[in-house]
Amino acid sequence: MRGLLLPLLSGVALLAAAAFATLAGDAYALRLATTLCLYIGLASSWNVIGGFAGYPSFATAAFFGIGAYAGSVLQAGYGVAAPLAWLSGGIVAALLAAGLGYCILHLRGHYFAIASLVVADVLREVANSWISLTNGGMGISLPLLSIGVEDQARLYFWVFGAVAALSVAAAWLVDRGRLGFALRCVEQNETAALMLGVDTRRAKRAALVLSSLAPGIMGAVYASWVSYIDPTDAFDVLLSVKPIIMALLGGVGTVAGPVFGAAAFLALEELFWRNLLELHEGALGLLVVLLVLFLPGGIRLVRPRRLLAFRPLAKPGRTP
Amino acid sequence: MIAQILANGLLLGGLYAAIAAGFSLVWGVLNIINLLHGSFIVLGAYGAFFLHTAAGVSPFAAAPAVGALMFPLAYALQTMVINRVVDRPVLITLTLTFGLNLILNNLMLLAFKADYRKVVLDPPLGILDLGAIVLPVDRLVATACSLLLVLALWSLLRLTRIGRAIVAVRMDRDAAALMGIDVRATYALTFALAASLAAAAGCLLAPLFPISPVASATYLGKAFVICVLGGLGSVPGVVVGGFALGVMESLGALSLGPEHAGTLAFLLLLLLLLVRPSGLLGRRGFD
Repeated sequence: MRGLLLPLLSGVALLAAAAFATLAGDAYALRLATTLCLYIGLASSWNVIGGFAGYPSFATAAFFGIGAYAGSVLQAGYGVAAPLAWLSGGIVAALLAAGLGYCILHLRGHYFAIASLVVADVLREVANSWISLTNGGMGISLPLLSIGVEDQARLYFWVFGAVAALSVAAAWLVDRGRLGFALRCVEQNETAALMLGVDTRRAKRAALVLSSLAPGIMGAVYASWVSYIDPTDAFDVLLSVKPIIMALLGGVGTVAGPVFGAAAFLALEELFWRNLLELHEGALGLLVVLLVLFLPGGIRLVRPRRLLAFRPLAKPGRTP
Repeated sequence: MIAQILANGLLLGGLYAAIAAGFSLVWGVLNIINLLHGSFIVLGAYGAFFLHTAAGVSPFAAAPAVGALMFPLAYALQTMVINRVVDRPVLITLTLTFGLNLILNNLMLLAFKADYRKVVLDPPLGILDLGAIVLPVDRLVATACSLLLVLALWSLLRLTRIGRAIVAVRMDRDAAALMGIDVRATYALTFALAASLAAAAGCLLAPLFPISPVASATYLGKAFVICVLGGLGSVPGVVVGGFALGVMESLGALSLGPEHAGTLAFLLLLLLLLVRPSGLLGRRGFD
């Protein structure tokens, strides 16, 4: 029952936030809620490969960026309708993930982390230099939808919300299914899992593809939302790191963790960093350092008395 | 023409060896990917810049001093922060050094601004004309100094008690602890040594390349590629990897155009990770 409760609760919380945002009609609240959905989708997707399987993937930016570029090129260059372009963003990202799965999933630890990190760098350079397709560093401006500004904001919120809900639902299903079991085995001891007959390579590939779908779609939708992308923006390394921080905040390897983590991260972002323009990145870095040192198991493992003792938690319930 | 390009590549490669040596040492001994490494290099370059503008010290002479200044800072950072999570999984250590790098880079941006600066040697060192090839003397001196630094690291690891302790921890941490080696202190020493080397390498780069906090990611990327090329955790591997990358970048810049040199390096890295993750000279043990 406990396993069911948390996702249900987070779903309800999401719906409540949605209703609040649309009813209030406040542009700022709506923008915040849309960003929250984006964060939830990214963190929850990362969690499938990074949390369940324990593979430290830094490829989120690559999936997001290639989705953004696929959607933008299709819309701006070939006049494809927006919903179709958004879906294509997800498909292109999934294809990239499938290819990557064959190439880099045999690497473990540091090597996997670096290989996944480098993918975004390579794609950024490609986007920079393949000018005939991507317009290079000039970026791509997207056609605006032919509806009013407020309707547009509401539409994007619902689209991001739907993708976020789907990715949380997917994580929940994976968690309860055979795939989730296989991924847990990989996380705990891959060699032993292999010896016991778990098809670890297939499970890892499935996890990587699953974790690329939502970022790909969201990248494409994001491009339409802000109506302009360039290589630096689309393949920003922070896009890979922020979902990890959110998952760490909420609890890696759980279904509800990334959802709470995304909400907590957004709250911190809004509370502190809007006032710290020059120190924005440094403050984010400080948050990361404190989080890693004192709360490696996420917020739900906070023991106020332990915090006062000024040392890292000795035995977090679940280590990533 | 080819001889000139090879010479350029070798000159660059010697510098690359010094850039990557500390990174490789930390990765090999602490099993940590130190994302701060690029920022340490840039910090060293700023050290050389300010010593040069304030006191007219040559950047090549400043290298040992700046490296020595870096040592206690890095030692403190390792003992107080990184040692706390050094045994944790990759995700944790990588995220920690990423966060630390965000802080350091942000501070450097605030302190030094993003403008590019450069140490201009006065008088310029000129060029060395060997008939078929022409060598800029400043690059030659920088490469020689950087190879000296790498040689110093190698002899430290080979010949001193501290160096043997570092190698022992690299080979088998638990056995080293049983032999009476203080593993935590060795970690801190290794990290500080690597940071000093990075800062000294930064000094050598100061008269050749523009200095800016923005450059740290580039240096970090190069250190990655060199480590994977040459094989993790060996000093000769770093030298081989450095020269290999230098020559390949020169050839790549010739055949594809200079703007693709970076992409080439990254593609090479991906390719190498696919077929031979242990590198060209990869093997266990740091010697």
